[in-house]
Amino acid sequence: MTGGLFDALPSVDEEANIRLHARLAAAAERDGVLDVAYRTVDSPVGELLLAATGEGLVRVAYDTQGMDEVLAALAASVSPRILRAPGRLDPVSRQLDEYFTGHRTTFDLPLDLRLATGFRKAVLAHLPHIAYGRTESYAEVAMAAGSPKAVRAVGTACARNPLPLVLPCHRVVKSDGSFGEYAGGADVKRILLTMEASA
Amino acid sequence: MANRTAHVRPFEQVVAEYGPTVLRVCRAVLGSVDAEDAWSETFLAALKAYPDLPADANVEAWLVTIAHRKAIDVTRAAARRPVAVATVPERPARDGRPEDWDGDLWRALGALPTKQRTAVAYHYLAGLPYAEIAEITGQTTDAARRAAADGMRTLRTTYPGGSP
Repeated sequence: MTGGLFDALPSVDEEANIRLHARLAAAAERDGVLDVAYRTVDSPVGELLLAATGEGLVRVAYDTQGMDEVLAALAASVSPRILRAPGRLDPVSRQLDEYFTGHRTTFDLPLDLRLATGFRKAVLAHLPHIAYGRTESYAEVAMAAGSPKAVRAVGTACARNPLPLVLPCHRVVKSDGSFGEYAGGADVKRILLTMEASA
Repeated sequence: MANRTAHVRPFEQVVAEYGPTVLRVCRAVLGSVDAEDAWSETFLAALKAYPDLPADANVEAWLVTIAHRKAIDVTRAAARRPVAVATVPERPARDGRPEDWDGDLWRALGALPTKQRTAVAYHYLAGLPYAEIAEITGQTTDAARRAAADGMRTLRTTYPGGSP
């Protein structure tokens, strides 16, 4: 129809897209409208999605949990003003690197726990008290969170932990000592616990 | 009932899907230098307004509407500059930058009356129907269709690359 009239205008100009995207992310951050910044990082347990609000880290997700689904859930529950903007996640990415190379045993990051409420939040609050290289049973965590009978609810809280790794739900295991389920898959849980035990 | 349900699509996906088209439109309307300012202003304004966008809105038409207003702002700002800034170098650089596009086409587009240039860009680059373009540019649907047709006819004679 246009007879190739606009062929001289590149339909996709990747270099300009990257430059403009970075400029947009910076302007959004400056104007306080970047409600959720995210990036992905490689790790020994696969690609990870990291997302932060202005308050702090709000979501860590494994590739196997579906990155698009996780972002869509963040858009619905936090805000659709979401951009890939690595800068805000630099401290998180650095501390995760240190964790995976055995140079860090606790995380020191501002956290945004808005995705968890009630008893789930109480469970998450207890998780950092389980020391690196140690484990607790679901029953022990239920006790510590103030509801000794809520063992299954502890399992649910761990499965839905919005901040796996940083809030170490992988250190919660079955009473018989077997590892049990994990948000990132049972294999990842075994890798993490083995790594921590040998450090 | 108004469709004002919360938008669940992350804005990042809007940038990925429509960013390149809006850039082409801005370049066609403004030239490659001012286009990047207009694009940036457009997507920043869109990000701010995004949570209030009705779920059934035509996102591309919405973005072009914002871009149209931003292009007017950018044009006015350029007119206020004390020294005229050449939008296109006499001899377009050929240093392999992907955004380096045909200076002859820009010259031909730039020579069109604004209504023709915007109608051509919004219809042929953004793919918007004339009724939508009429809304954006504040004219009748017939006037928008005529402006695009007139613009294309002129371009075929003034832009060497356009002749078969």
